[in-house]
Amino acid sequence: MKTNTTTGKGKAKKSRSGSRAARDGDFVWTRKHLLGLEGLSREELMHIFHTADEFQQVSQRSIKKVPALRGRVVANLFFEDSTRTRMSFTLAAQRLSADIIDFSASGSSISKGESLRDTVRNIEAMGVDIFVIRHTAGGAPHYIARCTDCHVINAGDGQHEHPTQALIDLFTIRERKGRIEGLNVVIVGDIAHSRVARSNLWGLTRLGANVTLVGPTTLVPRAFEKMGAKISSDLDAALDEADVVNMLRVQHERMTSQVFPSLQEYVRLFGLNAKRLKKAKPDILVMHPGPINRGVELSSDVADGPNSSILRQVTNGLAIRMAVLFLLNQVSD
Amino acid sequence: MEPLSTTILLDAKGITGTIKRLAEEIYSHLPEGIPLAVIGIRNRGEVLAARLVDELHKLGAENIDVGSLDITLYRDDLAELGPQARVRKTEINFDINGQYIILIDDVLHTGRSVRASLDALVDLGRPNAIRLAVLVDRPGRELPIQADFIGVSVPREDTPVTVQLIESDGIDEVRVG
Repeated sequence: MKTNTTTGKGKAKKSRSGSRAARDGDFVWTRKHLLGLEGLSREELMHIFHTADEFQQVSQRSIKKVPALRGRVVANLFFEDSTRTRMSFTLAAQRLSADIIDFSASGSSISKGESLRDTVRNIEAMGVDIFVIRHTAGGAPHYIARCTDCHVINAGDGQHEHPTQALIDLFTIRERKGRIEGLNVVIVGDIAHSRVARSNLWGLTRLGANVTLVGPTTLVPRAFEKMGAKISSDLDAALDEADVVNMLRVQHERMTSQVFPSLQEYVRLFGLNAKRLKKAKPDILVMHPGPINRGVELSSDVADGPNSSILRQVTNGLAIRMAVLFLLNQVSD
Repeated sequence: MEPLSTTILLDAKGITGTIKRLAEEIYSHLPEGIPLAVIGIRNRGEVLAARLVDELHKLGAENIDVGSLDITLYRDDLAELGPQARVRKTEINFDINGQYIILIDDVLHTGRSVRASLDALVDLGRPNAIRLAVLVDRPGRELPIQADFIGVSVPREDTPVTVQLIESDGIDEVRVG
């Protein structure tokens, strides 16, 4: 047993909590940035979920605010459009009592030719602590993490990763199914261009789920097999054993490209509707990262039906983002 | 390693007796017609809350709400705490509005945990009153906070106090020095 041998004020308290930590076998978070789910350990993922569990409570109170990040400044740097993610991060930061400033690429110094590095360094000079970054280029958050002393959270970089969205999906699966390990999870859509799919794949395989990626063969590269996923272009077959199906958004701008089938054909082969869902397990969880194209990847009766967790994902997004902001903020160099 | 200089302030019997006496004192001061809740500050205050409620029941108190409070998000030393800070469960599944609340912790020393607890509680509602009960009162206040119900007092500020309880530490013992 560890006994408190210190005299003096603050120290006594510290060693008290120290012995408590040792007893619980507590995991200690050490990451300063959240750039992706690639490389995150099982313990790190579970620690985020446990922390988010507690923040879920904060969101249910009449005063939905705690002072943990009081005096901290979070800067939203969105070089690509987003409503939900930006609002979710803003609200999460506000619930932690942080101040938050917004930056959008349109109508900004970027359009005047300023480099990414200069933009970030200038905003940092105003006294920012945490950057939340969405960028069209994969790797942009990693680059920014190298050129500032601030914490960096990747809110979606090109086709690379969208770690907080995947954390939300994992958290929601865990909440609704009670576990992740051993579940059959099917991700459907334009896998090749999806950062949500990539981040989900890292997290799901790390936590022991069986992942099947489904989509047009041109949009589901074989390379994903190396990441531990099964590849298929037969949605009905994949749904047979599925516990969870995550429907990705069809991006309109891609539909015109050569690699994409016609919209009608896509809906017929890869759209989820009530008829198709009937053949799946009755308690299959239907997920979507939003925004939905109703009548394309999801029919309305499924999107609004009892199997859908779409709005729950949005709610859970707050708790997850509060947890991430809180955990990163506790880590200094 | 067990330093030789520590002495036992309370043994198991002493702790049980002290909690019993605290319960009697609290019971004799209970206001009429106001719902009672006992809330422990995590982690050992939570254990003490459960034991205190048992004693209050024996004395005839009824319908007591019991809760536990995690103050991590309200601490003023979060920055110094670093990654060691761990958010734990706050379990107050009742409406504290209008309640008479006994807030209980193992040791009252600087008063900072109690300050954080008060902030956390008022974010949950507006109690009728909050009273503070502690197992051990150690001098060294850094804030103007005093306990209403005190188990035992240690005379000197520079004497460290270690509280161990069976539920959390496997043994009932309060050591000083």
